[in-house]
Amino acid sequence: MKVLKIIQNGILSENPVFRLLLGLCPTLAVTTSANNAIGMGLATTFVLVMSNVIVSMIKGFIPAKVRIPAFIVVIATFVTIVQFVMAGFLPELNKSLGLFIPLIVVNCIIMGRAEAFASKNNTFLAAVDGIAMGIGFTLALTLIGGVREILGSNTFFGYLVLPQSYKPMLFFILSPGGFFTMGVLLAFFNWISSRKKEA
Amino acid sequence: MDFGRLFVIAISAIFVNNFVLARFLGICPYLGVSKKWDSALGMGIAVIFVMTLASFITWIVQHFLLAPPSGKYDLTDILQTIAFILTIAALVQFVEIVMKKAMPDLYKALGIYLPLITTNCAILGVTLLNIKNDYNLIESIVFGISAGVGFTLALLMMASIRERLESAKVPKVFKGIAIALIVAALMSLSFTGFSGLIAE
Repeated sequence: MKVLKIIQNGILSENPVFRLLLGLCPTLAVTTSANNAIGMGLATTFVLVMSNVIVSMIKGFIPAKVRIPAFIVVIATFVTIVQFVMAGFLPELNKSLGLFIPLIVVNCIIMGRAEAFASKNNTFLAAVDGIAMGIGFTLALTLIGGVREILGSNTFFGYLVLPQSYKPMLFFILSPGGFFTMGVLLAFFNWISSRKKEA
Repeated sequence: MDFGRLFVIAISAIFVNNFVLARFLGICPYLGVSKKWDSALGMGIAVIFVMTLASFITWIVQHFLLAPPSGKYDLTDILQTIAFILTIAALVQFVEIVMKKAMPDLYKALGIYLPLITTNCAILGVTLLNIKNDYNLIESIVFGISAGVGFTLALLMMASIRERLESAKVPKVFKGIAIALIVAALMSLSFTGFSGLIAE
């Protein structure tokens, strides 16, 4: 039962992007297309799961005072692994995500989950929490990326949506469009949850 | 020394490629600490300070520890991320201790923002961009200062708008962060007007 609750928390009721508002920098920066969004989401999920697992394993040995630097080293190690794998196997994605791959280190979701969940629970639950939060993050990113890609370049995962004669709105793949899309989607989810409360 | 080049770096970091509005770095403090003018100013100054120091120290770490001038080894790929984030974390802690002893007044004003800076992606972003763009020591420091100034500028603009938004009639679902994001979109749109300023 507890496992189901954690999964539901990560994807819906505590969705890292739309509910907790964590990790907004990569959310806005890499969502110019659905492809980039999924790549970033999966990379973050991997780091999140691995760091949650390791942190929950070593939580007994680390003195409380130095736990933050210790967590940072664990996270940075897995980010370095992601950097190598991406550069080796997905050079195109690596190029378009660019600076934001090393910046996964300072993504507040990862640090937040290590501190709030993994350092208090056992390894299995920590892994489940990492997977659920990662899926929630990936879904949110793909939603934003999908909206921006359809409106801004008239494609979805690289495939044409409307006939070529339709002129896409460049605004949505430029940086102002990122803020705008995120703001409107956030208001939309606020509206849904306020309707649920009234009903 | 080429002052023209330094000037271009500064203008580009403050206006054309503003860290918050064009590069999406440091969004968390941008939305989190922009409710009041005073706290925005405190955060901005703390960021400028740490960014400048971090640019200086990570440049030295990169060019003397990770990839020394003798060229015997190059650990950039393997250790850069870990080394930089640890340097920044240690630096922030160090600044906090020194400030507490030497400048208690300043510590009272800026102290609470310092721990937040370690996980501000703008700081790590500046240091990584310094190396990626092959800046020399002086250019790195100028880039660090001007990135901080650009961040502070965006933060202060946001804070003064949000203080007025408090009394404005905002639709219920847009209250809080959602309307702040729409404001940021408009601000970012106006900053794209600077994009022709420098021929890339």
